[in-house]
Order: sequence, then structure tokens, then C-alpha cells
Amino acid sequence: MQLDLSEEERAFRDEMREFFTTKVSEEIRTKVAEGRELSKDDLVEAQRALNAAGLAVPRWPVEYGGQDWTEIQFHIWHEEMERACVPTPLPFNAGMIGPVIAHFGTEEQKEKFLPKTANIDIFWSQGFSEPDAGSDLASLRTTAVKDGDDWIVNGQKTWTTLGQYGDWIFTLVRTDPDAKKQAGISMLLIDMESEGLEVRPIQLIDGGHEVNEVWFEDVRVPGENLVGELNGGWTIAKFLLGNERVGVAPSGIIKRVIARIKGLAEDRFADDPLLRARIAELENELLALELTTMRVAANSVDGKPHPASSVLKLKGSELQQAVSELVLDLAGPAGLASGAGDDSDLTEWERNAAPLYLNLRKASIYGGSNEVQRQIISRGILGL
Amino acid sequence: MDFLYDDEQDALREAVRGLVGKAYSDYENRRQAVKDDPGFDEKLWARMAEMGLLGLPFSEEDGGVGAGPVEIGIVCQELGRVIAPEPYLTSVVLAGGLVSACGTSEQRQEILAALSGGESVLAFAHDESGRGWSPSAEKVTASQDGDAWTLTGVKEPVPHGARADVLVVSAALPDGGTGLFVLDGETADRTGYPAYDGTRAARVAFDATTATPLGEPGLDVTASISTVQDIARVMAANQALGAMQFLLPTTTEYLRNRKQFGVPLATFQALTFRAADMYVSLELTHSMVDWATMVVAKGQPEAVADAARRVSVQVSKAGRHVGQEAIQLHGGIAMTMEYSVGMYTAFLTALDHLLGDGGHHLRELAGAVTTYGALDPLD
Repeated sequence: MQLDLSEEERAFRDEMREFFTTKVSEEIRTKVAEGRELSKDDLVEAQRALNAAGLAVPRWPVEYGGQDWTEIQFHIWHEEMERACVPTPLPFNAGMIGPVIAHFGTEEQKEKFLPKTANIDIFWSQGFSEPDAGSDLASLRTTAVKDGDDWIVNGQKTWTTLGQYGDWIFTLVRTDPDAKKQAGISMLLIDMESEGLEVRPIQLIDGGHEVNEVWFEDVRVPGENLVGELNGGWTIAKFLLGNERVGVAPSGIIKRVIARIKGLAEDRFADDPLLRARIAELENELLALELTTMRVAANSVDGKPHPASSVLKLKGSELQQAVSELVLDLAGPAGLASGAGDDSDLTEWERNAAPLYLNLRKASIYGGSNEVQRQIISRGILGL
Repeated sequence: MDFLYDDEQDALREAVRGLVGKAYSDYENRRQAVKDDPGFDEKLWARMAEMGLLGLPFSEEDGGVGAGPVEIGIVCQELGRVIAPEPYLTSVVLAGGLVSACGTSEQRQEILAALSGGESVLAFAHDESGRGWSPSAEKVTASQDGDAWTLTGVKEPVPHGARADVLVVSAALPDGGTGLFVLDGETADRTGYPAYDGTRAARVAFDATTATPLGEPGLDVTASISTVQDIARVMAANQALGAMQFLLPTTTEYLRNRKQFGVPLATFQALTFRAADMYVSLELTHSMVDWATMVVAKGQPEAVADAARRVSVQVSKAGRHVGQEAIQLHGGIAMTMEYSVGMYTAFLTALDHLLGDGGHHLRELAGAVTTYGALDPLD
């Protein structure tokens, strides 16, 4: 039991802090700090800065650009990145398809995709969910039928985040309609320029365009784009979703927002004990979450996640939502001015508070809804 | 940064489990132990002394073992796991801690050696009617006549006050501030009674009762009392963690085995999801308790005070959640004295209110919220 970072860990933290605060565009970091939307170019530019220093995909195997770090180092990397308002590497590339290709892909696929994935020369989209396959992902119905060496894909994917920027999409498709539902699924990589593929925007309750439907009508996909074994897609999906949950708690971001709230509400604290108590309580819950992240990281052996990982997703999303709720409450009546432009007398954070609050309702739904997490805990951990 | 115990610490845990855990592995044994005064098992207390547990926090010069907070925390977790009624927290950590912090070297050697050896039980007589949780004393006053000191007033409730051989008493000093005094328990007017968690408490009255100043006479030691209370808060959190770590698996086992409507209760998601939420509370609490214990090990009083508040807020919330849900998910059986779960919840409730509940500590944190920007456990 040792609270302090070791000398090496401290040096590592200083190195990360220095890098993130000096080598990533100030303009992009300010946008993040102020909660403004990032463009595709921003995301790409930030990740390329990280990638040039070997910091974009540290969790990948070392031979493909990963880092041979301890779990505490991964944790420090993540915390410092969020603390410096650096956009975290694109999850579809860095956290999802990269590790999948590195683990399940052919040599040709690794060579063709991994360097471009790390550098966002390819912007990946995720094609998992369907209108009738949300939490029950295995009931997906998009089909891929063999035609010579190729596959012909038909169906519809949905909730494709940033699909409007996507170059390629990794999909789960049904390749054996007769097998039991999990057993007939495969993973295909599909070029989004392919004929018959169409991306249609979905407007969300915050008014923004973040997610999309992706339609496939007789889309021809080369056989070499199958990842892993035919009908082995479910194993890959579980691998990918398992990675997604590890370290997903955005404690650095939440911490930054709380610190910001203190600045914004400075003149109200004196007469508002309830506000102070709300902040104190949120901070304490965040501390518990952050310490749990560290304890889980410290106790992870061979990259196998600690069973408490689901706690991070559950509590992390709840806290993120609670903080956005507090920001909106602070904005008060000014929150209504969500449609006002920059010539409004109201501040940007006040104008953005309500859309952000509404937007973050997603946090307890995506990445395995919080009910799915409770299911994982009650079945997988508690044996119920 | 490391949340793992070393081999010696693991061995200590095994040893404590082998003794205390074994003694109370059958909940009926705990019921029997609290049935009659003094409300705990004197023989077990003596064996804890033999094992060196009672002297764990004290230096070797004072007759102790000189172990650190992590080791004491391990003992507290194991005591909490079986809700042992022995007065470890109040006698060793709190009263002993005050003697260790404030006593003269003669007082430390005499009192702590006897405590460590199991020959003497200590109690801290501090709480006063209507004063809530405070590090100071007001209603019991100290008077000085030459070198002689006397105390007058009432302390209540005093944990294990009727059984204690030595009372450590806080009192308002003639020139202001709070001093500490020690006296033979028998010289006070004591009325003992059982508390709702099975342990004992007492009304302890002083009427110009002779007492010896602990440490330098007339010195205001409010800050020392605060710090020892903070350490005790963190150790109370360790006890609560142990108790919660018993409640969750006991509840899930019940959900698996208990049948209603012809099926196990675990069939009902309305119940299993609540168990999952108990797990979340427990894991978050585990992290906070480990962290706060490590902060105590570093020993910086302001940091210890902050960590004590923070862990108390978390444990209070989680203890109520886990305790209440354990009863509810069991149903009627957990309302009975015969079954362990209800008493565990009573034990958690008593711990929660011993040194300040969540609301009390949150108020303190809320008052200080503007004095820093972001909270970083690694800074």
C-alpha cells in the first residue's frame, strides 16, 4: 500500500503534462475547455500530434505502435490528457478496430490498416447497432451473402457516431442465417465510398448531428475484408466491447468541468450553501471513482480487466450527467438561449448548458447501457 | 501508487481472521457475547492482546508493537467483518491514541503497556448532551487547586464507559480550551446500558472527582483530539468496509437460495439490479477506505482531516445504502435479532454516528469547497 507515485511515475507524469500542454494545438484545447464542438480536422490534427510522439495508441501491442507501460502509466497518460483538454484519441480507431485488427487480423490487414488507423489517415466508423439490435446486439439482421470471392451486404446500421466523417466502417453482419444468433455473425471492413452505401444523419435532442444511419444496398465487399474467422464475429465483438469498458470513466473531464464550475459560480458561493454542498458531494464521488480507476488499474494482471470495471462505466456516466445537470442549473433562465449566437449578451457556457445536458443522456446508454452493466455485475460478478 | 498489501500484511489478516473471524464465524456466538455485561468476550480480548493486536498502534518504548495505519486498518476490517463487539476502535484506536498523542512518557508507558497487555480497558469519555460531534468539551469542566485537578459534569454516551478500567476524559479548562484527564474508572459515577448494536455505553458523572491531567496540565489539546478522532474515523471506515463486505455476499447468497413463487429470488431483476448497485457502492467505498488509510500512513494532520471527512461521507452513504438494501432484499428474516443481517445494519448505523455522519462531514467539505480548484489525489 503506497499512496505516492514513484519517482519514475512522477517523471512520467511531468513528461506527459509537458507534452500535452505544449505539443497539442492551443486552439483545439481551448475549444475542448469551453465545451465547443470539434471539427473532423481538429480531431485528426490532435491525434496526429499524439501519434507522432507514440502517444495515440499506447494500448496497442508494442509491435504496432503500442507502449510497454504499467497500468498506472496508462492511467497517468489518460488523466493528463484529459486534464490538458487534449481530445482523447478517436475511440473507433484507437480503442476499437485497431486492437481488433492487431489481435484478429491477417498480416495484410495489419499492414494495410494499422498505421493509417493510428494516424487517422482512415477515419473509422462503427457499424454494430441496428434498429432492432441495441442492447441485444446479437439479434442483428444486416446480411452478407457470398458472391464469388466477395460479400454482398444488405441492411441498416444505426447510431453510427461521426459517420459523416467516416472513411471506412467496421461492421457485424449475419453470414449464416441458419445458425443460432451469436454463431452466424462475422466482422467485415467496408469502404464507405462503396456503391450502395449511404449515410443519413439523425438529429439528436440537443439539435446536433452526431450520429447517423448507415444503409447498405447490395454493397460489394472484397472477401479479404473479413476479419478473423467466418462466423467468428461474436468473439471479436466481445473482445471489442470488453476493451471499450476498460478505463472508460472520464474522470479527468468531469474534474475539469467541476473546477470550471467553481470559477463560473465564484460570486454565488457565499450565499448558496446548497450549491457548495452539491459540488462537495460531486467532488467526493469523483474522488471515489478516480481512486477506483487507479485501484482497478493497479490490480489488473496481464491486461485482464478487474471485475470492477463495470463500476467505472456506470458511475462515470452518472457523474458526467450529474455535473452537466449542475451546469444547467447554474445557467438558470439563461439556459433557454441555446439558439442565440455569439452576439448574445449571455455567455457561451450558459447557452450551451442545456444542449450539453440533453446530449449527455447518451452516456448511460452507449458502451453497454447502465442496465447492461448492472446485468454484467449481477451475473458475472455476483453470480445471480 | 499501489493498492496491494504485502505478504506480512496478508499474514496479519489471516491471523486476525483465524482468531476473531473464527470466534464469531457463527453469528450466534456474537449474540451470546453481547448478552451479558461487559458486552464482549473478555477471553477473546485477552487473546487479542497475546497476539499483539491491542498494542499495534503504540511504539515499542510504550509497550506496543509500533505498526502502521495499514496494519490497524486490516485488524479493523476483520473486526468489522464479524461485527466483533470488542472495544478495539474506542479503547485502542481512540482512547489509546489520545494517550499516545498527549500523554507524558510515564503515562504512555504505564497506560499503554497495560492496554496492550490486555490488563486494562480504556474508554474515551467525550460526548456531551446536545453538543453533537465536536472535538472540544463544554459541559464537563476542570478545576485546578494547586497541582490537584477535579472534574465536574456529565459525559454521555461513553462507549464501554462502565467497563473501562481507565477513563480518558475531555473537559473545559479554567482558562479556556479543552484538556484531557485520566482517572480510574471506579472513581466516577457510572450507569452502563446496552446500545442498539449490542455494545455497551454509559452515563458517566463527575462531581468534583479527582483526575490527573494527561500530558502537560492546563494545555489546550483540541487539535490533538481532532487528529486522533480523524484517525479513528478512518479506522471506523475500515470496520464499516469489513461489515459491508459481509453483507453483500450474504445477501446475494440469500437471493440465490431463497425461493418464492416457486423460483429463486435471483430470478427477479428488480432484486438483482439492486444487488449490483450495492456492489458499486461497496467497490467505490473500498477504494476510498484504502486511500484514506494510506493518507493516515503519511501522517500530515491536515491531509488526514480531509481524508477522514471524505471517507466518512462515502462510508456513511454506502453504509446506509448497503445496510438498508441488505435488509430489504432479505425481507422479514433480516428484521429479526436471530439473523445476522439486521444487526450488521445496526452496527453500521452506530459506526456512522460515532464520530460524525455523512451530513456532518459534507458540511465541512462544502465550507472549504472554494479553497482549491480541482481535487487531485496524486498531487
